[in-house]
Amino acid sequence: MKLSYLKALNRALGDAMADDPAVFLLGEDIRVAASSLTAGLLGRFGPDRVLDTPLSEQAFTNFATGAALAGMRPVIEFQIPSLLFLVFEQIANQAHKFSLMTGGQCKVPVTYVVPGSGSRTGWAGQHSDHPYSLFAHVGVKTVVPATPADAYGLLVSAIRDDDPVVVFAPSGALGIRDDLDFGTLVPVPLGVGRVARPGSDVTVVALGHLVQDALSVADELSGVGISVEVFDPRTVYPLDVDGLTTSLARTRRLVVIDDSNRTSGFAAEVLAVAAERCEFDSPPRRVTRPDGAVLPFALALDRAVQPGRDHLVTAIHAVLEKS
Amino acid sequence: MTRDLYRTVRLIRRFEERAIEFVRSGEIVGGIHPYIGQEAVAAGVCAALRPSDVITSTHRGHGHVLARGADPARLLAELMGRESGLNKGRGGSMHAADFGLGILGANAIVGAAGSIATGAAWAHRRQGRDTVAATFFGDGAMNEGMLLEAFNLAALWRVPVIFVCENNGYATTMPVASAVAGSITGRARAFGIPAFTVDGQDPEKVLAATASGVDRARAGKGPTFLECTTYRFDAHHTFEHRTRLTYRSTEEVSAGWSRDPVEIQGARVAAAERAAVDAEVEALLDAAAGSALGSAHPDPAAALEYLYASPEVMR
Repeated sequence: MKLSYLKALNRALGDAMADDPAVFLLGEDIRVAASSLTAGLLGRFGPDRVLDTPLSEQAFTNFATGAALAGMRPVIEFQIPSLLFLVFEQIANQAHKFSLMTGGQCKVPVTYVVPGSGSRTGWAGQHSDHPYSLFAHVGVKTVVPATPADAYGLLVSAIRDDDPVVVFAPSGALGIRDDLDFGTLVPVPLGVGRVARPGSDVTVVALGHLVQDALSVADELSGVGISVEVFDPRTVYPLDVDGLTTSLARTRRLVVIDDSNRTSGFAAEVLAVAAERCEFDSPPRRVTRPDGAVLPFALALDRAVQPGRDHLVTAIHAVLEKS
Repeated sequence: MTRDLYRTVRLIRRFEERAIEFVRSGEIVGGIHPYIGQEAVAAGVCAALRPSDVITSTHRGHGHVLARGADPARLLAELMGRESGLNKGRGGSMHAADFGLGILGANAIVGAAGSIATGAAWAHRRQGRDTVAATFFGDGAMNEGMLLEAFNLAALWRVPVIFVCENNGYATTMPVASAVAGSITGRARAFGIPAFTVDGQDPEKVLAATASGVDRARAGKGPTFLECTTYRFDAHHTFEHRTRLTYRSTEEVSAGWSRDPVEIQGARVAAAERAAVDAEVEALLDAAAGSALGSAHPDPAAALEYLYASPEVMR
């Protein structure tokens, strides 16, 4: 059966709600399922568990924290990735800090899902950010699934986890469809990456929709005798350091492709972790958005600041030539 | 109840006076926001609640936590950063919490806890309980959009929450008249929330107003807003004891002391009974100080213990 990434997320929500009456959804326009993430769930679970909120992101994010303190497992849908900037305080400074600040008296199992993170093509500067690195920096568990099976498995695990977890579902991945037996859908543990394609010459670390790009590039380069290993960490924080270093021990070359701005982004962290632990045959490279990028509207400009296949190919050649 | 309210305001007053001494002696690092002058609000509100109810508190939170029944020894130990503290020394003055008593934490971000309390109260009701939440905040919080958003959610969804605004006249040094356009109760009424102004120096008046709000909330009629007019007799924060900010006159502060909640409630208690309460409070606080000072300091190796509730995925 074909299962799309977006449908996999929807299925994960439905299964989580069926499994645990403490799970409920809140967000903007989720009863009509404007993003399709929550399609069918109002009819199946009723309005008490699918809560349409006014445009009050800060209050309803804290509202979810309060509900979690009272024993619920809220899942918030944010329609727009940049809304995470508006509620950064409520996630990083409230939900995330309660466990430590109370000396372990409580837990805040809230899941924040962004269906359509990163560039959405034509949505311009304030709707096209991909701020997963920010959440990793403050220590909030953060995942960016690449495939329908991982979208299902990581969202289920995020909801079951007793801490706040941010789930980025990149716009560029929502339409991916895989042929899957639904019975094989299982929770995917947080913090465990996967080798999406084995190879021996260079490790390409890619997340979310960029995994598809990395796999395409690997296919293309296999035609000229370059063997690319694609490592998908799946979880941004905590990073699967063992999985990363195991891959690098084989290939001794590294390129990271990351839809973050360059400075202090996810790619910078991967390079730093790798530099602390691994030996290389050539200096590693990263392919990212430029420093401080704001996505311009015009399509050619939008594309010009996003990491893409051409940049990745250039970077791979660079690390191989310098060996 | 008359005696109990007196004991609560007296306990808070003496706790805070002793805590200020511990700030001066260096046993409490980082200072505190003394609750002195506002004790009647915490005492009256918490006296109207059941053990199964919940509260959220503020940066000026010791009074709320004590009025809700927290152990003064463990609160003092928390202020001193000791292992026996309410939060095992991980929270300090601005984050004291005791979930066993329904104290969902003091919150150091002005206006943040109103929406947390609203969510908690909503969730309790969803789970079939008749819990009411009381959430404390100051006049300064009335300008935080997040709190105004919470009023809207609570009113729309008829959440059983009591919004308790302690209007002590100042947001740090900013006078309320310079900060709040319109009126404080008018803002709550704009959301359709019944809003009342209460004499926040009189614990019995605060108790009566809170009790009717709690009844209303438990009957499923939604939130109530109380503006408790009060006055902070001491500093915004103990740093003021050194910097001597001049945002209010000594005459104004003296006038504030003329309506001391400890004296207002104390006058309702027979002299002998009052003396007995005072002695019991002193003995309790002597023991609390001994206990807190004798408690272990946390092990630095455990600095990030409790960071995650599900730590097994971390490495």
